[in-house]
Amino acid sequence: MSVPAPRTAVGGTAPDSGRIRERFQALKEAGRGGLVTFLTAGDPDRETSSRILRGLPAAGADLIELGMPFTDPMADGPAIQASSQRALKAGIKLAEILDMVRAFRDGEADTPVILMGYYNPIYNYGVERFLADAKGAGVDGLIVVDLPPEEDRELCLPALAAGVNFIRLATPTTDDARLPKVLANTSGFVYYVSIMGITGTRSAAGVDVRSAVERLKRHTDLPIAVGFGIKTPDQAAEVAAVADAAVVGSALVEQVKSHLDADGRAKPELVETVLKSVGALAEGVRGGST
Amino acid sequence: MDSLNTYRGGPDEQGHFGVFGGRFVAETLMPLILEVERAYEAAKADPAFQQDFDRYAKHYIGRPSPLYFASRLTEHFAKGDTGAKLYFKRDELNHTGAHKINNCLGQILLAKRMGKTRIIAETGAGQHGVATATVCALFDLPCIVYMGEVDIERQAPNVFRMKLLGAEVRPVSSGSRTLKDAMNEALRDWVANVESTFYIIGTVAGPHPYPAMVRDFQSVIGRETREQILEAEGRLPDSLVACIGGGSNALGLFHPFLDEQDVRIIGVEAAGHGVETGAHAASLTGGRPGVLHGNRTYLLQDDDGQILEAHSISAGLDYPGIGPEHSWLHDVGRVEYVSATDAEALEAFQLCSRMEGIIPALEPSHALAHVSRIAPELPKDHIMVMNMCGRGDKDVFTVADALGVTL
Repeated sequence: MSVPAPRTAVGGTAPDSGRIRERFQALKEAGRGGLVTFLTAGDPDRETSSRILRGLPAAGADLIELGMPFTDPMADGPAIQASSQRALKAGIKLAEILDMVRAFRDGEADTPVILMGYYNPIYNYGVERFLADAKGAGVDGLIVVDLPPEEDRELCLPALAAGVNFIRLATPTTDDARLPKVLANTSGFVYYVSIMGITGTRSAAGVDVRSAVERLKRHTDLPIAVGFGIKTPDQAAEVAAVADAAVVGSALVEQVKSHLDADGRAKPELVETVLKSVGALAEGVRGGST
Repeated sequence: MDSLNTYRGGPDEQGHFGVFGGRFVAETLMPLILEVERAYEAAKADPAFQQDFDRYAKHYIGRPSPLYFASRLTEHFAKGDTGAKLYFKRDELNHTGAHKINNCLGQILLAKRMGKTRIIAETGAGQHGVATATVCALFDLPCIVYMGEVDIERQAPNVFRMKLLGAEVRPVSSGSRTLKDAMNEALRDWVANVESTFYIIGTVAGPHPYPAMVRDFQSVIGRETREQILEAEGRLPDSLVACIGGGSNALGLFHPFLDEQDVRIIGVEAAGHGVETGAHAASLTGGRPGVLHGNRTYLLQDDDGQILEAHSISAGLDYPGIGPEHSWLHDVGRVEYVSATDAEALEAFQLCSRMEGIIPALEPSHALAHVSRIAPELPKDHIMVMNMCGRGDKDVFTVADALGVTL
């Protein structure tokens, strides 16, 4: 057997699901930026979070990021930290998150699902087994915060080989010299972190998103989603006007938190309220028209 | 695996010790991590950097620390015609009372060199926080120390010391509210302030180059020990013993001896209430490989890869991971890793205070607990060096509480 050559081509050896590409193509044809929503799987419990997940496409989410909670979310702010704690306290396991996606896929063939989290639970599950199970469940992509290109052999290259998109974060500190390295094995889209910092703590307003997106576009043909710090429909609209999609996470997770009772259980209106917020954000990226 | 040519060659260019180590950090930090690595390589090659380090080590920290023959404990452990000859490497006599300052000195000199204007650190027992606050006062840099709320409570004297030194102590209320959470919070701060800020990590863990860099700064312990034991005994020791949380004092002592095949090397982890109870901090004895805080290493984790809370009476050992080089030394079998419980450490703490007039920190009390198990059986000509890496002033409240004494 010969030594495998380093893989650098987008897409790897197995075909990906194509859902992310098709969704961005459809957005382009519709002439608007997309809405990417983030929610933590299992927050505040499996059933409630499954109901939110199932309702997201109809509420207007174009792509879905599903957070895999971790005890030590080093890149996340207080909102997603607390959300992860709630999900873990409710006992969610990685295998159950894959089950949630499988159930979601039963009724929803088109909306891409991207799992987002940290490496240790995946490493612990076993990389090959995880990729096979995720692909089988209908997962389209992965965002793993603590795997920079320097660690591509861990999960990125195996994911590409398994036909799962590996979406990388680019940040204001990723300069032009480093960008090609970051983009080399990225597939699906590029997630631009518009602020230096952790999730949900600083406002993206005032950040020059347009020139950042233009800079990235000089280096890649992949769609650019922008996130970290986008909270309101207006901000989402602003970002979606200059990028291919806007990501909203902490603001939705805060909605979950504000509809829990004193014992941390979901109040009856929780699912509907969160989906209504998604609806408002979706209206934002659609230019405010009804 | 065949025996290696050297155990001192790691890490490789990607920061790996075997499969351990690496750079598992968010992209925002990656450019900075690479900058720290370049700056450290340049500093290592610059004689002026080493001269600065040596000058402050001598006149500010008080190095070299003595290598002391613990005659009464040696006698106490002896039985009949056996019993090892015990030396303490007295790093508890350093300015600020522990080995932590060696590393802080090195890192702040590097931070200055890089033009950084703000220092952050995490701390468990508070020793690393105090040492960081100390060098920040010395070099006139603002200092923010993250510390878990649980640790703030059990290490109140050190919290006050840090404040006296001009540092801001930020309580961490997330997760288990101990050292690992303080490290998460420091990393979050760093991500938000990459341009101005240097993160002084307190142990041989974190993303490359930290494990190697901290080891290098702490290796002054082992280098001095080597010279001192040659002077005292005319030969190298037969064994080295040190306690391990993240493992910086241990690696500092061990590293210069790793290629001396005749030197037996033993690291002592904190077994808390006992490894079998689950309430412990013994990552090698009771954990398995995983990825946390920028490196792959042995971790305490559950079946789903979630990090477990560690337990030790010693706040400085209360961490669910260990430096990646220790994980590698464990797997290749060069270093033996054992553990000692809270109760054994408390026993050793009191014994050392009474027999040698040295009140040890609870951390090295774990090392002494293991010494007390093996020293009696070893031959009289066996020379053993234990790293007395910290003094126990900070622990008197904890010990009083454990012994049921109200102060």
